Amino acid sequence: MDLLNFLLEDFFVTGQPLIYGAMVSIVLVSFAIVFVLTYFKKWGWLWREWLTTVDHKKIGIMYIIAALAMLFRGGVDALMMRVQLTLPGMEFLDSQHYNEIFTTHGTIMIIFMAMPFLIGLMNYIVPLQIGARDVAFPFLNALSFWSFAFGALLFNISFVIGGSPDAGWTSYTPMAGANLNPGPAQNYYLMGLQVSGIGTLATGINFIVTILKMRAPGMHMMRMPIFTWSTLITSIIIVFAFPILTVALALMTIDRIFGSHFFTLTGEGMPMMWANLFWLWGHPEVYIVILPAFGIFSEIISTFARKQLFGYKAMVYSMVVIAALSFVVWVHHFFTMGAGGAVNSFFSITTMLIAVPTGVKIFNWLGTMYKGRIRFDTPMLWSLAFIPCFVIGGVTGVMLAMAAADYQYHNTYFLVAHFHYVLIAGTVFGCFAGLTYWYPKMFGHKLNEKIGKISFWFFVIGFNICFFPMYFLGLAGMPRRTYTIEPEWMPLNVTASIGAVLMAIGFVIFVYNIYYSFRYSKRETTGDAWDGRALEWATTTPVPFYNFATLPHIDGSEAFWRLKERGGSTYETDKLKPIHMPSDSGVPFIMMALMFVASFALVWEWITLAIVGLIGVIVCMVIRSFDYDDGFYVSVDEIKRTEEKAREGEQ
Amino acid sequence: MSAHTDTNTGPLEYRSKEGRMNILGFWIFLGAEVVLFSTLFATYAVLFGRTADAPAPSELFEMPMVLIMTFLLLTSSFTCGIAIHHMRRGSLKGLVVWLIVTLALGLGFLGFEIYEFVHYAHEGASLPSSAFWSAFFVLTGTHGLHVLLGISWAVLILIQLRQRGLTPVTSRKVFVVGLYWHFLDVIWIFIFTSVYLIGMVV
Ligand code: HEM
Ligand SMILES: [Cu+2]
Repeated sequence: MDLLNFLLEDFFVTGQPLIYGAMVSIVLVSFAIVFVLTYFKKWGWLWREWLTTVDHKKIGIMYIIAALAMLFRGGVDALMMRVQLTLPGMEFLDSQHYNEIFTTHGTIMIIFMAMPFLIGLMNYIVPLQIGARDVAFPFLNALSFWSFAFGALLFNISFVIGGSPDAGWTSYTPMAGANLNPGPAQNYYLMGLQVSGIGTLATGINFIVTILKMRAPGMHMMRMPIFTWSTLITSIIIVFAFPILTVALALMTIDRIFGSHFFTLTGEGMPMMWANLFWLWGHPEVYIVILPAFGIFSEIISTFARKQLFGYKAMVYSMVVIAALSFVVWVHHFFTMGAGGAVNSFFSITTMLIAVPTGVKIFNWLGTMYKGRIRFDTPMLWSLAFIPCFVIGGVTGVMLAMAAADYQYHNTYFLVAHFHYVLIAGTVFGCFAGLTYWYPKMFGHKLNEKIGKISFWFFVIGFNICFFPMYFLGLAGMPRRTYTIEPEWMPLNVTASIGAVLMAIGFVIFVYNIYYSFRYSKRETTGDAWDGRALEWATTTPVPFYNFATLPHIDGSEAFWRLKERGGSTYETDKLKPIHMPSDSGVPFIMMALMFVASFALVWEWITLAIVGLIGVIVCMVIRSFDYDDGFYVSVDEIKRTEEKAREGEQ
Repeated sequence: MSAHTDTNTGPLEYRSKEGRMNILGFWIFLGAEVVLFSTLFATYAVLFGRTADAPAPSELFEMPMVLIMTFLLLTSSFTCGIAIHHMRRGSLKGLVVWLIVTLALGLGFLGFEIYEFVHYAHEGASLPSSAFWSAFFVLTGTHGLHVLLGISWAVLILIQLRQRGLTPVTSRKVFVVGLYWHFLDVIWIFIFTSVYLIGMVV
C-alpha cells in the first residue's frame, strides 16, 4: 500500500492529461520497437553493429539520430510554449508546467541537441578529413556516446517520473536549492548534465589527440580543412570549460543531497557564486555550439562557390581569438546583479571585442563567394540564410553587451530573440546544412533537393516570423519566462506562434525527406557527391570501415582537390599493407547503463542503490584495465575485395 | 595503423604510436584536472571566512599533523620517481618494490587525512557546518579521493606487472599513473599553502 502510494503520488507524475498522453505514447512506442526488433530478429544485429561499435562513423550516426530525436522533443516543448503565449489568458499550461517546459526545452536544445548534433558530424567527418582510420581512442569515443545517451535518457524521463526541473536551464540558486525546490526534479538536471558532461570532456580530449597526432603524412596544421580546425579549437574550449560545469553541478548536488552550504542562504553560502560558475562554463559553451557550425559553413561556402576559402589563416586566427575571449565575458549574463560599474565596463568591453573576429569571419565568407560561380544546392541555401540572420543576432548581441542599456533589455524577449537568432541561425542552420552536405557520404544518396528546398523555405521564413517580432516584444516590456501575456502584446505573439508552426512544418518535411530519399534518391556511384575539396570526399561511398586503403601524400591545402588534379586516389594497389583496427566492445554501453542506474538512484536520494550502481561502474573499469585486446588486422586481400566492389561503378 | 611509426629506441612507453597518443591524451586530461581544482580553489577562496557558527580554521588546524601529511606525500612522489627510474633501467623488481613503498606512503597520508576529518567533525566542523567548511571538505576531500583512486589504480597495474612483466603497454600504464601521482602532489602543495598555512595565520 505504501509502495502504491509512493508510486502514484511521487514517482509517477499524475493529474495532467498531456502527461498521461505522453505516457501512453511512450509505452506504445517502446512496445512497437521491441516488437519490430523481435519480429525481424534484429536484437543481435542491434547489439553487434551498433551498441558495441567503436567505429567513429557509426557513433557519429547514432549521435545525429539521437540529436534529431531531441530536436523533436525540444521542438514540441517550444510549440507548447508558443500555444500558451499566443493569446492573453490562455489556460493550456499552468505556470508550474510552463516553468518545467522552458527549463527542459532550453536544457535539451543546448546540451542534448546542439552539442550532440555537432559532435556527431565531427565524429563522422574529422577522421576522414585528416586521413585517419579512426579517432585516437575509439573505446573512449563509444564511452562518450553512451554517457551522452544515458544522460539524455535520464533527463528526458523526468517529466513522467518524478517531475521535471523548473528553475530554468540556468538553474540559479537559491531558486534551485533544496529549500525552495525540494524533490527529485532539480536532481534530474544535475545528474543528467553530469553524466553527459563526462562524455563531452572525453570527446574533447579524444579529438585534440586525434587531430594533433593522426593526420595523413604531409598534412601540416595549416593544411587542415577548416572544419577540422574548428573541431580542434572547440575541443580545447571543452577541455577548459567542462571541468567548471562538473564542479558546479557537483557542488549543487552536494548542497541538495548532503546539506552543504555552497549556494544556500543559510550557513553563509553564496547563491550568486552559482551564477558565476554556471556562466564561466556557459559562455564558452555557446561557442562550443557555434564554432563547429562556422566550420561547416566555411566548408560548404567554399565548395559551392567553387573557390578556395578566402582568408584561411584569418579564419583560423579569428577562431582562436574567439575561443580565448569566450572565457572572459561571462559577467554579461548578469550585469544587473550588482557587480559595480568597473566590473560591468570590463565585461562589456570584452564582450564587444568578440564582434571583431566574428566580423572578420563574415567578411571572409563574403570574400569566398565574391566572383565565385555559386551553385544553389540546399546546403548552400542554409549557409546563405545563415549570414544575414546571424548578423542580426550578433548586432543585437552587441546591444545587449552595453551594460547600461542592458538594464532595459535584461530578461525580456529581446534577449530571447537574440539568443535564438544566434542559436538557430548559427547552430541549427549549421547542423541542417552539414547533415545535407555530408548525407551522401554517410548514406550513399543525397537528400532530395526539391523537398529539401521546400523544407528550407518553411523553416527560414518561419524562423524570422517567429523570432523577429520578439525583439519588439522585448522592447515593449514582455518579460522572459512569463507564462501568460498582456493584451497589448497579442498581435506580435500571434505572429510569433504562426512562425513557430511554419518552422515545425519545415522540420517535419526535413524528416520526411530522409524517408523519401531513402526510398527514391539516385544512389551515389562515386564518393565525391558535390565536387568537393577536402579529403573526406576521396573515400568511396559507402566508406569502408577502415576509411582509407592507402593514404595519399598531402602536399598542400584542399588535399582532395589536388588529388583530383593529379589523378591520384586512396587505393594504390602497390602500397597496400594490412590495416590495424580496434575491436568492438560492450563495456562502454554496460558501464554507462550502470552509471544510469547509479545516477537515477541519486536523483531519488536512494544512497544504497547509488553505491551499488557505482560499484558496477568501477567493476567495468577494472575489466577494461585488464583487457589487453589490441585489435585486429584487415588483410590485403580483404582490402582489395572491399575496394574493388566499392569502386565498380566509378568509371 | 602504427607499424611504420613504431621505434626501437627511447623509453619503452614512448615506442609505439599508441603509447605516445595515450600519454599525450593523459597530459590533456591533467589540464582538465587543473581546471577542476582551480575551480575548487576559487570556490574556497570566495567562501573563506564564512564560518557561520562553526569554529574558525585557525582554531582547528594543527601544524604537526599537516606537516606529517605533507612529508608523507612529498616522499611518495620521490619514491615514485625512483620507481620510474628502475623501470627505465629495465628492473621489474626495483619498480615493483618502489611502487609498493609509494603506495604505502600514500595510504599513510590517507589515514591521517581521515583521522583529521573525523577529528574536525568532533570539534563541530563538518561538511554542513558552514559555507567555509563545505568548501574545505570538498576541496581536500576531492584531493583525497583522487589519492585513493590513484592507489587503487596502481594496485591494478601492479597485478598486471606480475602477470605480464615490463612491456610497452605496462610501462606506459606505470608512467601514466606516475604522472598522476606527481600531479596530486603538486595539488597538495597548493592545498598546504593556501588552505593550511593561510588558514592558520588568518
Ligand atoms: C524550434 C523553434 C524554437 C522555438 C519556437 C523556441 C521557443 C522558445 C520559447 C517560447 C522559449 C521560452 C522563452 C521564455 O518563456 O522565457 C524558449 C527558451 C529557450 N530556448 Fe528556444 N525555441 C526554439 C528553438 C531553440 C533552439 C534550437 C535552441 C538551442 C539550440 C533553443 C534554446 C533555448 C533556450 C536556451 C531557452 C531558455 C530557456 C530558459 O529560459 O531557461 N531554442 N524557446
Ligand atoms: Cu555569454
